[in-house]
Amino acid sequence: MQLTRRTLRTAALVLALGGLLAGCSSTKLDEAPVESRNVPADGSAGKPAAGGSAAAQSSVATVDLSKSGAAAATGLLAQRVVYFDFDSFVVKDEFRPMLEAHAKVLAGNRSKRMTLEGHTDERGGREYNLALGQKRADAVLKTLVLLGVQDTQLEAVSFGEEKPTVPGNDEAAWARNRRVELKDK
Amino acid sequence: MGALAAAAAAPAAAQFRVEITGIGGNQIPVAIASFRDEDKAPVSVSAVVRADLQRSGLFRLVDAPGSLDENARVNMAEWRSRGADALAVGSVLRLADGRFDVRFKLWDLVKGEELVGQSHAALPADLRLAAHRIADSIYQNLTGERGVFSTRIAYVTKAGNRFSLHVTDADGEGGQIALASPDPIISPAWSPNGKELAYVSFESQKAVVWVQDVATGQRRMLANFRGSNSAPAWSPDGRDLALTLSRDAVAQLYLMSREGGAPRRLTSSTAIDTEPVFTPDGRQIYFVSDRGGGPQVYRMPVGGGNVERVTFSGSYNISPSISPDGRVLAYITRQGSAFKVMVQELAGGNASAITDTSDDESPSFAPNGRLLVYASRAQGRDVLMTTTLDGRIKSRLLTSGADMREPAWGPFGR
Repeated sequence: MQLTRRTLRTAALVLALGGLLAGCSSTKLDEAPVESRNVPADGSAGKPAAGGSAAAQSSVATVDLSKSGAAAATGLLAQRVVYFDFDSFVVKDEFRPMLEAHAKVLAGNRSKRMTLEGHTDERGGREYNLALGQKRADAVLKTLVLLGVQDTQLEAVSFGEEKPTVPGNDEAAWARNRRVELKDK
Repeated sequence: MGALAAAAAAPAAAQFRVEITGIGGNQIPVAIASFRDEDKAPVSVSAVVRADLQRSGLFRLVDAPGSLDENARVNMAEWRSRGADALAVGSVLRLADGRFDVRFKLWDLVKGEELVGQSHAALPADLRLAAHRIADSIYQNLTGERGVFSTRIAYVTKAGNRFSLHVTDADGEGGQIALASPDPIISPAWSPNGKELAYVSFESQKAVVWVQDVATGQRRMLANFRGSNSAPAWSPDGRDLALTLSRDAVAQLYLMSREGGAPRRLTSSTAIDTEPVFTPDGRQIYFVSDRGGGPQVYRMPVGGGNVERVTFSGSYNISPSISPDGRVLAYITRQGSAFKVMVQELAGGNASAITDTSDDESPSFAPNGRLLVYASRAQGRDVLMTTTLDGRIKSRLLTSGADMREPAWGPFGR
């Protein structure tokens, strides 16, 4: 499995915090025996290391969460799909942090544009489902606007039931298909 | 059940199947003899005629052994004793220029007189059309109404990730592809003169309404506003289209000139309004709205005015289609987890389910109002079916095995 340099550096910080590598200044990062599962997914590893250091005693590696890319390490901007309950257009709270992360990027760069692509499950009529998918995309658009994104940066569109991500006709498949996808323009 | 499957004579039997559920009370018994020399032509003309007549539900085929041409002396008494009220005979003769001279004659065996005699030259590629026109002639002479056998049906197939908009004969044969795309195509709608198709294509990664000339393939973008553009429906005079746009709200109805330009908003609700269809007089629009909670069929004057609810039974009623005489509404209802074609007299009367399938979609009337084509599911495939309005006689349009959907029956006049 290939680990990126950034992942390795982050992982190394974690290990440093754990005291495992403390003082081992000769250890090369590229050879550090780390595994990806040692990296916390919640982003706690991204916080600047206080005190300890892997390389030199006085060097401090800065991780700036306000810069995009750094946030990618937390996974929020990598998330681009909002899922919906059956017959529902409510953006659930669990997608709030993800939408806030995207809103922050869009609000920080007004030339950036995004398409919000609504989808439904396969049940029901194609045209009515197209409208239902539009309603979901509009709900995500409104959420992003409330979070500071300009309306003109966004376009809500719908594919209705035409582009399922998961084939099949059971609730497991349907639940994956009731969604809005965030796509850069 | 009492269901019996009657197959048309070969070679047509390999291509389509007519299922008869229950027996119609007043079917006209008719004999269609094999046409002389039709076995030397690429199309078995009499087999196409037989299948057409049978699918209409108005005829019962009487066995006609051997072949008879238009010059044969017909023994009326003998055909009467076989139980036939009418007899069609004919011939298919290859001409020196490669065309075929298709002749036929229709006998009224009860009155003992010739009803019609016709002859015309057809290109090999138009032999099916020639056969459908003979069936139309027989239909009209024996029922007094126009037949729809020479009309066309548009529909969409999905095979893998390929979507194709097809145009075929009304029996599902002789299909040609009007548009092929890696992205979905939905909601084809024929212009009233049968020359253009409006449809929704997702080729630009959003729903955009296009209009395409069927014969030349020339196409133009009609509606590409912010958000989704969908559900095109032609006005009966062919000048305007009603459609659904999401540029001002989630999904509202608008009217646009066929030439494009600025759309005029028809509905102002906070709900979903979609799937508009004009009444044949062009004065009203039937549509689907969920303003009352679930989706139901409503109607409103095109010029503006009161919106009236039309469907009341069931919590999910969509995809309205109005018969050409304006008297009958067909739509899809949800019953439990099933979706079924319903038919309802607009003057008052109960809605009745006319299918025994459970994944019906998109009913569309034949231009004479006697048949509906609709999409359904059978043996794990999306298929197209035609049915009489009483649901007694159904026929499945077969193709090469791709999933078929979104049927739209074209107008008279080819």
